[in-house]
Amino acid sequence: MPMLALAFHVDLRYAIGASLIAVIATSSGAAAAYLREGYSNLRIAMFLELATTVGALAGAAIAGFVPTSAIAVLFGAMLLHSAYLSRKSLAERDTVAPDPLAAKLRLNSQYPTEDGPRHYEVSNVKSGFGVMFIAGGLSGLLGIGSGAVKVLAMDHVMRIPFKVSTTTSNFMIGVTAAASAGVYLGRGYIDPVLSMPVMLGVLGGSMVGARILMRAQTKMLRTLFSVVITVLGLQMIYKGFTGGL
Amino acid sequence: MDNTPAKTTAERDFQLEQALGRLLRAGVMISAALVALGAVIYLSREGNQLSQFSTFTGQPPRLRTPSVVIRESLQGRGRSLMMFGILILLATPVVRVGLSVIGFFREKDWLYVGMTLFVFAILMYSLLG
Repeated sequence: MPMLALAFHVDLRYAIGASLIAVIATSSGAAAAYLREGYSNLRIAMFLELATTVGALAGAAIAGFVPTSAIAVLFGAMLLHSAYLSRKSLAERDTVAPDPLAAKLRLNSQYPTEDGPRHYEVSNVKSGFGVMFIAGGLSGLLGIGSGAVKVLAMDHVMRIPFKVSTTTSNFMIGVTAAASAGVYLGRGYIDPVLSMPVMLGVLGGSMVGARILMRAQTKMLRTLFSVVITVLGLQMIYKGFTGGL
Repeated sequence: MDNTPAKTTAERDFQLEQALGRLLRAGVMISAALVALGAVIYLSREGNQLSQFSTFTGQPPRLRTPSVVIRESLQGRGRSLMMFGILILLATPVVRVGLSVIGFFREKDWLYVGMTLFVFAILMYSLLG
């Protein structure tokens, strides 16, 4: 979306529409690959989608009234803070107790590793749920997947293993984006001619990316992730102040 | 912790997820094929005109109504075909949520049936409301 708005001078409303399509394409394209590997957690996804879809609808509904530049700056600042946190949290990870609520909701599960399935437990369910509501709101408001915020909520707050976080988040962004895309479709924001190259390009990219993730090291992924959100954060703040968004 | 029931749940979840994965892949492929076909038709007819996106006019109402989009797609109109593909792509996550309801129902996991139905209702409200 930043590319469309900045480089090609596309009206923000068309850019939001095309961007949502890109998000769904990313999600559905890659999710097909992840699901077969048994990483993503359907229960976590469904539970958290309660928060993200309601948030997305709320975000899309108020999108017309709130100055996006203000939100962009705020969001950018938040991303920078999260980038800092995601680096810091590496050292002090194993200190949080599992949440009894997670057991009640049956969120705890297992994922495949080289030495067979590994069990994991979920922490801080309520805080994670809250952050997901915000993530959904941002998605509806800005037409983004806010996958980075979702990964943070799952990885940093809920202490879900990183590969499970990223794949489950990817699975969720499609549903969240569909919730806001419905609203934007009714407003005529989604242009087929503009969405076509965006969608086909993204589909190709996400299928390749999904394959790489399976073999990649978690540590390298984490570093890449923090670099990406730092860049995103700086970009959002810059555009918020210059009014490019 | 009792391990046996948890394991069968995990296994069933895994089966359900695999079925959903296949469905997603099929939806994405069909969607991409329709969009690509629509693009070829559109570009061969109107490709020499420069598209204009810097000012917002909004889509004409006929491209916002699924039934019209489908009818015009069958007549081979490029824009409508692309829009049809986009609508199918939009529908993949919705169908996924709908099928998850059935999956949780078969496991008699009423808590998750309720949750998933709620998410499904929100999506339907957004798309049709």
